[in-house]
Amino acid sequence: MEDETYTDINGKAISLDCQSHSGLCREFTVSSAKVSIGKVMVYTCSVWLFAYAVFFFTQNTAVLSCAILITLVGMMFHIHFVKVDHESLLVIGSLGIQVSSSYASGRETTTFIEMSRIKDIVINEAIYMHQIIYYLCVLLKDPSEPNAVSSVVPLFQNSKPRLNCLVKVYKSCQEILSKC
Amino acid sequence: MVLKIFFPQCCNRADSGLLVGRWISGHDSAVVLAVIHYPFIPGQVKQYIQQMQAQSGVELSVLGSWSLPKEGQEGMESFLRDLSTIFPQERWLQIKRQMGKTGFTCEILNRDQSGKAAQQDSIKKKKKVKIEEDYQHDDSDNKKQQEKKKEKIEEDDQHDDSDNKKKQEKKKEEEEGEEEEKVIFVHYEQRKVMLSQLHPIENGVPDPKTEPPSELRQVFQTVARSQPLFFLDRYDDGPLKSTHWQSEGREASIIMELLKQASVPLCLLISWLLSVWTWICNVRIFSLYPLRFLSSKLSTCVQLSYRTEHLRTLSSAKPATGHTEFMRKSNILVSFLIDVALGLLLISWLYRDDHIRMLANTLVPAADHVAKELEELLQWLMGAPAGLKMNRALDQVLGRFFLYHIHLWISYIHLMSPFIEGILWYGGLSACLGLTFALSLLSDMVALLTFHIYCFYVYGARLYCLKIYGLSSLWRLFRGKKWNVLRQRVDSCSYDLDQLFIGTLLFTILLFLLPTTALYYLVFTLLRLGVVLFQGILHLSVDFINSFPLFAMGLRICRSYRLGGISHFHIVHHTIFVQQMSFKVTLKQRRSSTISFCLQCIKLHREVNVL
Repeated sequence: MEDETYTDINGKAISLDCQSHSGLCREFTVSSAKVSIGKVMVYTCSVWLFAYAVFFFTQNTAVLSCAILITLVGMMFHIHFVKVDHESLLVIGSLGIQVSSSYASGRETTTFIEMSRIKDIVINEAIYMHQIIYYLCVLLKDPSEPNAVSSVVPLFQNSKPRLNCLVKVYKSCQEILSKC
Repeated sequence: MVLKIFFPQCCNRADSGLLVGRWISGHDSAVVLAVIHYPFIPGQVKQYIQQMQAQSGVELSVLGSWSLPKEGQEGMESFLRDLSTIFPQERWLQIKRQMGKTGFTCEILNRDQSGKAAQQDSIKKKKKVKIEEDYQHDDSDNKKQQEKKKEKIEEDDQHDDSDNKKKQEKKKEEEEGEEEEKVIFVHYEQRKVMLSQLHPIENGVPDPKTEPPSELRQVFQTVARSQPLFFLDRYDDGPLKSTHWQSEGREASIIMELLKQASVPLCLLISWLLSVWTWICNVRIFSLYPLRFLSSKLSTCVQLSYRTEHLRTLSSAKPATGHTEFMRKSNILVSFLIDVALGLLLISWLYRDDHIRMLANTLVPAADHVAKELEELLQWLMGAPAGLKMNRALDQVLGRFFLYHIHLWISYIHLMSPFIEGILWYGGLSACLGLTFALSLLSDMVALLTFHIYCFYVYGARLYCLKIYGLSSLWRLFRGKKWNVLRQRVDSCSYDLDQLFIGTLLFTILLFLLPTTALYYLVFTLLRLGVVLFQGILHLSVDFINSFPLFAMGLRICRSYRLGGISHFHIVHHTIFVQQMSFKVTLKQRRSSTISFCLQCIKLHREVNVL
C-alpha cells in the first residue's frame, strides 16, 4: 500500500499515510520532509557572517546580539507559522471532513466542514507560477441553494502532492462519500 | 443510513441504566446527555424527564439502555431489553460495554416491527457493529492478531451474507434498512461543549424561512440548553441518580461562589453611590452654558461620564441575558480592574521619592524653555526666514504682537509656579480612579499649558483666512465679476472706475502681504499640529485601555473552547472523539457581537484556514 513513492510538485519526496478506521472513517496524512539541518546552518551562518562584517566596520556590539536575536526569532517564526510538518484529511462518513495541518513546532490548525455543506470532492487544475498543477479541493454548497458551488476549500496546499497521490486520496474519499 | 450517537466521554464508565438524550430530527443522530442509574422507578423517570423538558425546552427522551455489567450483574440483559416496552420510542438503543474491553456494542430495536423480527434484526446489527469494531481494533493491534482476526471476520462476513440472502427472500422491505444501518460513536467532552456557549439562540424563535440549523449546531444547542439536567448529582438524596459531567459533585470554585455572594452588596453600594453622583451631576448649576461647554471639552469630564456609564452597566441588578452581554460586561470589568491597577502603580511611583516635586521643578523650566524657543523662532521669522524677503512693517507688527503674547504667558506661568506642585499632588490622586483618569488629566493639563500655541494658531489662521477671502473677492472684482448672494453664484457686474481702481490697489497690497501671513500661519499650524498629535496619542491610549477586550483575549488564550474557532476530531481506537468543536454557522453569528477584536482573530484564523 505504501510502496509507491510520492513527490510534491517540486519533486521532493513526501509520504502518504492512509488509515482506514472503518468503512466510514478514513484518515489521510501527507507528511513532507523535515527541516534539514544543512539549510538551517546555511541561513544561520549567512546571517552571522553578515553581522560580523557589519561589526567589523562599525565596531558596534549591538549588531552581533541583534543578529543572534534575529536568528532565534526567525527560526521560531519559521517552525511556528511557516513550516508545515504534515497535513491530514479525516473523512467521516455522514458527519463531515476535518482538515488539519500541524506545524513543525506542534501547533495545529484545524477546520471542520460539515457534511451538509459539502457538495463534492474533486481534483482541480490550477496555474501555479509557470506550471499547471493539480490539487484536491472540497466544493462547498450553501444549504439554501444546493446546486450551486458557494466556495472551494483546497486541500494539502502546503505540501502540494502530485496527481498520483491525489488520485489515490480522491478515490477513497469518493468511496466514503458515495456511501452516504 | 448511518446512525450517529454523540456520547459524552464522562459516561464511559457509568453504571448501567437508562440513556437520556435527544433524537435530532432529520439527521438520524442521537445525543446522549446523561445516564440514569439502576434502580429507578419508571414513573419517576418519566416525570423527571418531563420536568427537565419543561425547564430546558429541549425535547428530551429516554434513548435506550446502557449496560456496563460488573460482577454479579450478569442477568440484566433481558431486563434492559424489556425496558423498551416501558418507554415507548421509535427506536431503542442498547449500548453495551464490557469491563476491560475497549469498544461499545450497540443494538437498535425498531418499534414498528414485530417482536421476533426486531430481535433477529438487532442481533444481526450487533454482529455488524462488532465487525466494524474489530476492524478498528486491528489498527492498534499487531499484525499477527490482525491476520487471525481477518480470517474470522471473513467467516463472519460470509455468514452474514448468507443470513442476508435468507432474509432477502423473506422480506424485501426490511432488508434495505438493515443493509445500510451502521453506527458511529462520537464521543464529546460534555464540559467543553457545554461551556462553549457558541449557540445562543438569537431572537428566541428560529426563522422558518432559513434552513434548519446544521447537525452539529443542534447537538451543541442540545447540550448547552439542557443545563438543568446536570443539576442532579450523585450525592443528592432524590430517587434518581444520574451520571454526566457534574456527577462527581457540582463543579464550582469556592472563591468564585464567595465572590458571587460578595458582589451583590457591592453592586448595591456602587449603584447607590452612582445614584448620588448622578444626582449631583444633574444639579441645575452644572447644566448652565459655560460649564456644560467646558465639561464637554475637558477629557477628564468625558472620561468620568464614560466610567460612570460603565459602572452603571456593571452594577445593574439583573444578570446578563445573552453571551454577548456577558462578554461585554466582563470585558468592562476586566478593563476597569486593569485600569485601576495601572493607576495604583503610577501612584506608587509618583508618591515615592518625591517624584512629584521633581516633576513640578522640571515643569516651569520646561515652559520657560518652550517660550525661549518660541521667541527665537519669532525673531527668526521677523528677519528674513529661509532667505525670503518679507514685508518688513507687517512682519515686525505681527512678531511684536506674538512676542508680547509670549511674555504675558510666561509671567502667568511664573505666577502659577508656587501652586504647580500642589496641583500635581492632588491631580496625581486621581490616578487611583484609574490610569485613564491620570492620562486624561495630563491631556487637559497639556491643553491648558499650551494655550498660547493654540492662541497663536487661531490668530494666524484668522488672519490668513481674512486675507484669502479678501483676495478671492478682489480677484473677482479684478475680472469684472461679483458674488451674487441671493443666487449663490458668480455674476458679471460693471464696476465704476473708482471702485476698480481702489479694488485693484487693495488686491495688489494684499497679494504682496500674503507671503508674510502665510508663513506665520504655516509655522503656528505646525506647532499646533505637534500638540494635537501628543494629545491624540494620549486619547488613543485612554481609548485603548477603555475598550480593549482583555477578557475575551484571556479566554482565547487560556480557554479557547469557550470561544470556539477550532474543531478537532481524533480517532480513539474505535470511536471518534470530539475534543472541541465549533463551526462556521456559529461564527457568522458571533461576528455581530461586540467583542470585535477577538472575533477578527477568529475570523482571520478561519480565513487563513480556508485559504
